[in-house]
Amino acid sequence: MVIYGVALLSACMLVGVYIGDIIGDLIGVQANVGGVGIAMLLLIVLSNLTHQRFRIGSATENGIHFWSAMYIPIVVAMAAKQNVIAAVSSGWMAIIAGVAAVVVSFLLIPLLDRVHIGEGDDD
Amino acid sequence: MIESLETVLGRNSLITAFAFVGILVWVSYAISVRLTRGHIHGSAIAIALGLVLAWIGGSVTGGSQGIADFGLLAGVGVMGGAMFRDFAIVATAFGAELDALKKAGVVGAASVIIGVVLSFAVGSIVAVAFGYTDPVAISTIGAGAATYIVGPVTGTALGADSDVIALSVAAGLTKSVLVMVGTPFVAPRIGLNNPHAALIYGGLMGTTSGVAGGLAATDPKLVPYGAMTATFYTGVGCLLAPSVLFLAVRAIF
Repeated sequence: MVIYGVALLSACMLVGVYIGDIIGDLIGVQANVGGVGIAMLLLIVLSNLTHQRFRIGSATENGIHFWSAMYIPIVVAMAAKQNVIAAVSSGWMAIIAGVAAVVVSFLLIPLLDRVHIGEGDDD
Repeated sequence: MIESLETVLGRNSLITAFAFVGILVWVSYAISVRLTRGHIHGSAIAIALGLVLAWIGGSVTGGSQGIADFGLLAGVGVMGGAMFRDFAIVATAFGAELDALKKAGVVGAASVIIGVVLSFAVGSIVAVAFGYTDPVAISTIGAGAATYIVGPVTGTALGADSDVIALSVAAGLTKSVLVMVGTPFVAPRIGLNNPHAALIYGGLMGTTSGVAGGLAATDPKLVPYGAMTATFYTGVGCLLAPSVLFLAVRAIF
């Protein structure tokens, strides 16, 4: 049933975000630490268990695939509700700080990408 | 006639948002095929159009929710809010390769810490270049260059002025918008075409909305990997910026 997939997805997200909140509290920051990432890990582990007793049927899969496919439209909606005005009208310093952070981070990607730890090559 | 249509659209705001975004995406893909012959991906155009609409919405209404400040399009705010965004991001993890995650696990984790420190340092240097000498203000702006959540959290923790906190939010917003728009253009040059690179990208950039939009417009298959590391970034930033990084700034000034 489709709802099983949606419910499984919801359960993963709620558990992940709850754990993220607890981690945030434990280390004393006012933020959720990796909640969505933990939820994703849960879902990946569950979806890789298919050969054992727990198995996700195709209708159940459809419930998850639908939300996965809704990802881009949701991101478009997210873009349409950003406070773009605040970003572009706050003066040069904020814009330069943001742009510089992005440029430097982009430049570092190819350097870090060459590091493959645990795969036998230490370049 | 018009009034009752407005009532229907307003009363069913989330459904209106689905229809509205559907039209927006359809227009974007048509532009992609007709005007760019598919060179610029439809979703990249859709995200850029979304940002333009957000700019129009903000300048017409004076609000902070972009196009969602128009009463009839309030549902876009729900659809594009953190709840649905995170739900859809989690869904993209379904079918992701566990092996790719394991291989890049250590580098991915390292990239989050490097990303936070790097963005903080760059933001702080810019703040100093613009004449700030107060460690609290420098740290708050540096934190804003990490994400627009780390900025205010750090500023509040350190007792920064509200105008400095507003600047830090603006720096984070600029970063997020630029990552959304810029990623598809730089992706081929920085080798952003595999799960390993996407994990590092998510960890270095850290802005969940920027990474979500940037990867969607580049290659949707990479979304789960980038989003995975990005979701740890804000938490790590809120941990490091008001503590270790602030102490480092205070030691220098």
